[in-house]
Amino acid sequence: MPQDELQSGDLSHRFDYAEAFTASLLDPDRAPPDAVSGPNGKEAVKRYAVYRNNVTVSLIDALAASFPATLRITGPDFFRAMARFHVRETPPTSPLLFEYGRDFPDFIERYDYARPMPWLADVARLERAWLDAYHAADAEPLASAALASIPPEQLADTVLVPHPATHAMRSRYPVVTIFAANRSDGPVGRIDPSGPEDALITRPGLEVFVRHLPPGGAVFLDRLMAGEPLGAAAAAAFAERAEFDLAANIAGLLQAGAFTAAHQRGSP
Amino acid sequence: MNGLAPASRISKTSRFPAHPIAGLAGTSFKHEHLHAILGDGPRDGFFEVHAENYMGAGGPPHDALARIRRDYPVSLHGVCMSIGGPRPLDKVHLGRFKALVDRYEPALVSEHLAWSTHDTTYYNDLLPLPYTPATVSRVADHIDEMQETIGRPILLENPSTYVLFAESTMSETDFIGALVQRTGCGLLLDVNNVFVSATNHGYSALSYLADFPLADVGEIHLAGHAEQEDDEGDLLLIDSHDGPVADPVWKLFDIVIGRCGPLPTLIEWDSNIPEWPVLKAEAAAAQAILDHHADCHHLFGKAHAAG
Repeated sequence: MPQDELQSGDLSHRFDYAEAFTASLLDPDRAPPDAVSGPNGKEAVKRYAVYRNNVTVSLIDALAASFPATLRITGPDFFRAMARFHVRETPPTSPLLFEYGRDFPDFIERYDYARPMPWLADVARLERAWLDAYHAADAEPLASAALASIPPEQLADTVLVPHPATHAMRSRYPVVTIFAANRSDGPVGRIDPSGPEDALITRPGLEVFVRHLPPGGAVFLDRLMAGEPLGAAAAAAFAERAEFDLAANIAGLLQAGAFTAAHQRGSP
Repeated sequence: MNGLAPASRISKTSRFPAHPIAGLAGTSFKHEHLHAILGDGPRDGFFEVHAENYMGAGGPPHDALARIRRDYPVSLHGVCMSIGGPRPLDKVHLGRFKALVDRYEPALVSEHLAWSTHDTTYYNDLLPLPYTPATVSRVADHIDEMQETIGRPILLENPSTYVLFAESTMSETDFIGALVQRTGCGLLLDVNNVFVSATNHGYSALSYLADFPLADVGEIHLAGHAEQEDDEGDLLLIDSHDGPVADPVWKLFDIVIGRCGPLPTLIEWDSNIPEWPVLKAEAAAAQAILDHHADCHHLFGKAHAAG
């Protein structure tokens, strides 16, 4: 190191203790950093392991808290082993732990030992969406009767503003049924893992609700959330599923509190 | 400290009553206790929350905290500002912290002498730093920045540590004293951390307390710890927050309050969380010690005045 840097007093040029300390924090096979020891020259292997353990275990705990149905399906040993791999591969980048785990469902999809449970990643996706709805901004939902005051000829051009907690999710598996069974305290019976289910996640008040979306409901809601008017969203839903029931879908979404406002296309 | 303009403190009408916190014992606030706490009806005490748990946009966490804040003083305890880290503070996180201070008008605001983020990774633990004149300077800058952002002084908490840095040239108490001098911050004295670190590094907790700037302490933390062994088979204490406060920590607390008078005192219990009555009983034990010394200080004050 050049002499002027040694004398500069600038920490970043001298000893970056955070760089040294974190180098082996997520890797149990590496030795503790040379920069630390116990008192009077005591070893620091077990001492450093306290930090290493705190980091890994607390982050596994954070995933366990955010994905309780996934944990219940796999059992704690399977879950914690899977979560440990994910924590070491993708540690959090935000200090807000309720934001952690966005990449966990994709990790589960790639995780070899989870292959016999192909629906597991979607259950985790639904749990992630549940947590986002839980922390979403509060807003008063649009009343169920709100559309009744709109003249029928204007309905097709009506745009609905989604509630901050509203989320639609599509799955090739019965994700709502599996999620609901494993988020309750009751016993879980045998669930037929075949057959797709689409989910609506909302939080009109303090409680998060997860519901089935009927056929075509997911594409309808996706289009509405993208800002398309009712007419265009309904056309897209009919194109995908001929049995799409427009009146029932609108009523269901309003009843669930999926929107906060309605206005005509082009007007604010 | 400069830059703390009084105007920034009286910016708006309060949303909550100004519950005084002086001389009270409190507990960590856990959501599972909300109904039991509200069911108790009004009582003396306060609640401390980890700021980061309330940095979402809305939902049940804010509803619960607002209900608690209406009836009780609240202490806002930051866990991950990384004040003790070598990198600049996260401006976005500072902004979120300020928004919480403005929204809930906490009686106390505190952070740790530690760090938890490095580069882009958040480690979710309170990691240690070397004690040198250079790190005093860096950490003081971080405290200044945080205090200027939120418009009020913070209480800085002494850490529990398991390792020492070869680079350290200052004692922890000298380091903390220098930070108080430089920044005008107050201190949060975690008595369990003192006991844990003293045991782990083979020094006397009482001599640590003798060197600690007790006059600047604005809050006390008490918590449970766990026992492990170090590489040499000696006792290594872990700051686990998962059980009742240990007897020697109660004794140290009694000594500290005897010297400082009754300070707001928190029972921290963050894992293996018990039923609310168990936590409430721990706080009542702390309150009894605070009240005992409040009486002593009162009597002493009177005798002094009469003499």
